[in-house]
Amino acid sequence: MSKNNIIIYGLILVFGIGAPFLFPAYKLQISILWILTILALTWDIQGGQMGYNSFGNILFFGIGMYVCSSVQIGMFFPLSEWTASGGEKTFLHTTSQYFEGFTYGLILAGIIPAIVAALIGYGILGLRGHYFAICTLGIGIAAGEIAGGIELIGAGQGMTVPPWPKGIGGTELRSQFFYYLCFLTVSITFLVIKWIYQTRFGLVLNAIRDNEDKAEAMGIHTMRYKIIGWVVSAFFLGIAGGLMGNMIGYIEPTEIAFAGSTYGVFMVLMAILGGKGTLWGPVIGAAVFHIFKEGFWTFFLGWQYVALGALIIVIVIFFPEGIMGWLREKYPHRFGEVVDEADRTAQVELT
Amino acid sequence: MDFLIFKAPILMVQASMDGILLGLLFALIAYGMALQWGVMNIINIAQGELVIMGGYIAYFMYTAGIHPAFGIIVSPIIMYFVGWFLYKSIINRVVERDLFISILATFGISILTQQLMNFVFGADVVVAQSNFGTTLLFDDSVTLPNAKIFSALVSIVFAVALVLYMKKSRLGRAIRATSQNPRAAKILGVDTEKVYAATFGINAALCGVAGSLIAITFTLHPYVGLPYTVRSFMIVIIAGLGNLPAVALSGVGLGVFEEFADYILGTEFRIAAVFLLLVVILVYRRFKLSKKREYLK
Repeated sequence: MSKNNIIIYGLILVFGIGAPFLFPAYKLQISILWILTILALTWDIQGGQMGYNSFGNILFFGIGMYVCSSVQIGMFFPLSEWTASGGEKTFLHTTSQYFEGFTYGLILAGIIPAIVAALIGYGILGLRGHYFAICTLGIGIAAGEIAGGIELIGAGQGMTVPPWPKGIGGTELRSQFFYYLCFLTVSITFLVIKWIYQTRFGLVLNAIRDNEDKAEAMGIHTMRYKIIGWVVSAFFLGIAGGLMGNMIGYIEPTEIAFAGSTYGVFMVLMAILGGKGTLWGPVIGAAVFHIFKEGFWTFFLGWQYVALGALIIVIVIFFPEGIMGWLREKYPHRFGEVVDEADRTAQVELT
Repeated sequence: MDFLIFKAPILMVQASMDGILLGLLFALIAYGMALQWGVMNIINIAQGELVIMGGYIAYFMYTAGIHPAFGIIVSPIIMYFVGWFLYKSIINRVVERDLFISILATFGISILTQQLMNFVFGADVVVAQSNFGTTLLFDDSVTLPNAKIFSALVSIVFAVALVLYMKKSRLGRAIRATSQNPRAAKILGVDTEKVYAATFGINAALCGVAGSLIAITFTLHPYVGLPYTVRSFMIVIIAGLGNLPAVALSGVGLGVFEEFADYILGTEFRIAAVFLLLVVILVYRRFKLSKKREYLK
């Protein structure tokens, strides 16, 4: 088992490092795949492991995006003049300014959403089931509407992100830089989440999912764990948002930053498609979903969102257990489950 | 900060009147949602899209030269079959499943219908002119379009008719029995599958009525469905399932709140105010219940 694991990790590492040279044309697409993987992995902390189906995790993604670029700009230039003038036409970052701003921006893009999650967590994580789902849906959409009304960050028109400095390399270096940063972030996210699931903390999250009242009766401060889980999600989502904003180069409130009807749903869908509540499920789901989306989107030109709606319905109705769930059903011994064949046949006969 | 509404108190009267008339319309949509939530235990995210679809039926009649007010008769009939079809094709597969599955499935329906309406009717904001004129009150300082008064009256008539139907008719009794205990109803010979389909159809028909009223009083656009879903969800969680006076009251309250938010915060924050109110209400109720060591069920 562990030998298999080493092979799998090795293959992913080789693919991750070698991909820009093997598939130079798909560099941006693979970078977005890593971002989507972060979205699915962090959603699964709530949706899969903790049993809190959130539609509003996109909030942290959007906040991270806005915080990162605001810091990048605001450290050196007046933010309001930047957004009013359409950005790079009047101001220009030097190379050192760019990287200094980007570093601080990315760090704050992680920290500020985490603080927001901690602040609103106590109120919102006390809701359960569908009330939690609808409440988070409301928060995500309200955030987009509010961001669309604030002049400082460009209101409904959005804002541009500082362009890549002129002095060093061209767009080739830029895309490689962001590619490796995305790969590094997704690797760290994966390892942290893997470690979390192995500790007592992961067991508590599962206990909350299985029966929260009982977990509380056993003396676990469930609220504390729920908030910490949300903070972890928010931290990585914020960094992913900061990266995504810089990669696209342009931020718009409802279509890119707080895009509840695209990325906000994608993250739920990817986790369900891969199999929620498993470590590898969201990763597999993100890969399959992204390949399917990019491969077939062009066939549905203009009809993408109709296809998306149909896809949601089909996945939810026919594959609620996801790919990992299906594999688990098929090869239970691979998942460390001992199957008593005689007992199983007896059960099948009963049903 | 200087707000126009505090300088000219007559605007408060205007906002309240608008809010009350609007709120009755919301209450009608919310009553449909409460009905199918109570009976089928499903939260329908596509509720708003059903409303907008009903509105487009009235708008279609308007462009064909028929007075759009007749939409309140045609639209529910068509929408009943749309709802029935949706139930038979998708909803019946998620009724008995986890609530989250049904939320996500109806979210899919919502995206699907939004886009289809976008293709069929275009992405422009449209309005069906009713030419009902306006009523002026208090020395011409408060303007009320007659279309809004008409829509509030129609909402009341339909809601009361539905309540009577649920009380008296055979199907209404079957629906209420199923909502109380589907298993027992099945044993006593109620075809629950048929009841579910009818409930979803009735809900869609109510949305159709509300939609055609929105077509003559407000504007239609393929993407404005979700706020209607959230409004009706909000009204239902305040008023409870199936208590008509409470639904009407909280609908009116929401309408007045929205009109005041519109004046005070500005129109661009109107939708945000609605969504934030939802969050505030849910969190408030959660804190109130957690004192008794309970939670919203």
